[in-house]
Amino acid sequence: MNSASSSAAFVLLLRRDLILAFRRRSEMLNPLLFFVLVTALFPLGIGANPVLLKAIAQGVIWVAALLASLLSLDAVFRSDFDDGSLEQYLLSSHPVSVLVLAKVLAHWLITGLPLLIIAPLLGVLLDLPWDSIKILMLTLALGTPVLSLIGSIGVALTVGLRRGGMILSLLVLPLYIPVLIFAANAVETAAAGLPITAHLSMLVGLLVLALSLSPLATAAALRVSLS
Amino acid sequence: MISRFFHQLGSPRYFYRFSGSLLPWLAVPCAVLMLAGLYQGLVVAPTDYQQGDSYRIIYIHVPSAWMSLFIYMVMAGAGAIALIWHMKLAEVIAISSAHIGASFTFLALITGSIWGKPMWGTWWVWDARLTSELILLFLYLGVIALYNAIDDKRTAARATAILSIVGVVNIPIIHYSVEWWNTLHQGPTVTKFDAPSIDMSMLIPLLLMAAAFKLYYVVVVLMRARCELLERERNTQWVNELAASK
Repeated sequence: MNSASSSAAFVLLLRRDLILAFRRRSEMLNPLLFFVLVTALFPLGIGANPVLLKAIAQGVIWVAALLASLLSLDAVFRSDFDDGSLEQYLLSSHPVSVLVLAKVLAHWLITGLPLLIIAPLLGVLLDLPWDSIKILMLTLALGTPVLSLIGSIGVALTVGLRRGGMILSLLVLPLYIPVLIFAANAVETAAAGLPITAHLSMLVGLLVLALSLSPLATAAALRVSLS
Repeated sequence: MISRFFHQLGSPRYFYRFSGSLLPWLAVPCAVLMLAGLYQGLVVAPTDYQQGDSYRIIYIHVPSAWMSLFIYMVMAGAGAIALIWHMKLAEVIAISSAHIGASFTFLALITGSIWGKPMWGTWWVWDARLTSELILLFLYLGVIALYNAIDDKRTAARATAILSIVGVVNIPIIHYSVEWWNTLHQGPTVTKFDAPSIDMSMLIPLLLMAAAFKLYYVVVVLMRARCELLERERNTQWVNELAASK
């Protein structure tokens, strides 16, 4: 198979996943609602002190985004596993990592991008200034694809298990830590008026690393899970 | 000659016999080293002028911390061998290492905490090293949980091998990000104890203990691996013969 047909397969799979997602729009809303709800819980639990809220806002929003991404991860391969199309991907002549990348990209467009769009609203709720909200959106744009990519490895390892949910969080959350640190710190550092080039470079570096390595690991994990 | 030796070692039956005869030769030096290290560390080594006698916990704490990272590397290496050459023995070594590694990580955290209470006045600080050790414990627990969740043990071993390799790629990233996070949040605190190069009288017991811990790991991993092999191969002829001869 030449590379042209592989990229055609990539586009086909991406389009298929997006169409399937748009036909079940209510499911797309769930991670988003979860994101908003978790963020709303913090002022209720901590108290509505604006100074306190502003100090923890970026961390709260990022942790909520992390959990929302984790919650929606299971859907990446679940339905394909249930109806057997996942096995067909592995049997096809295209590189599995390319197909995996298409699925992860579709998943990010369905669950990651909406988080990015709704984040400013949450920033306003938590009293973040507009400058910080812009940085927050930038870090979300760079960071959430990494979460989807790393998460796909965990999902691929647990897709064959009946109760994979709890284990998935145990596998994936420790690997999310660097993203959380750099992203939440970038917002905080920018608020203090310091340059954040280093943070952004690290996030881009993580993104490139995850983009190049994680599809390979996910493909290997899928082969093991379906063997 | 060498390649034939490794080929034979890959066969569970040969490994079982070979490791059985090797064990006493490892266990005795391990016990001797550990006793010598403990005696040197707890009795002979001088009292620290600042920390008094409570510094002596480093003879357990530091070797455990070293082992925690070392074992993760061994586990990932064995996992890679298991993935590439489908070697049963490497699968068994990898998963046996996971349990021991998690125990050493836990031991390092606990002893650090016990030492921290009188020294820093608190059981826990979000220091970079402590935090990355805690995350390492979670990585180990993830590996063990995944292994236990998959019923077919050969599939489980290969799944955990992939996970531990992903973990190895991530450990340096996690370590340095945590270090950066900490230095960004707070400047040098009590946790940055500027250790003047350690005195010989304190270093020798430490190295003795480190060597003893390494041997201890080898002994325990061999014992666990033997046990695991017997369980996995319980339907084969050689295990049945072994059971009949006992």
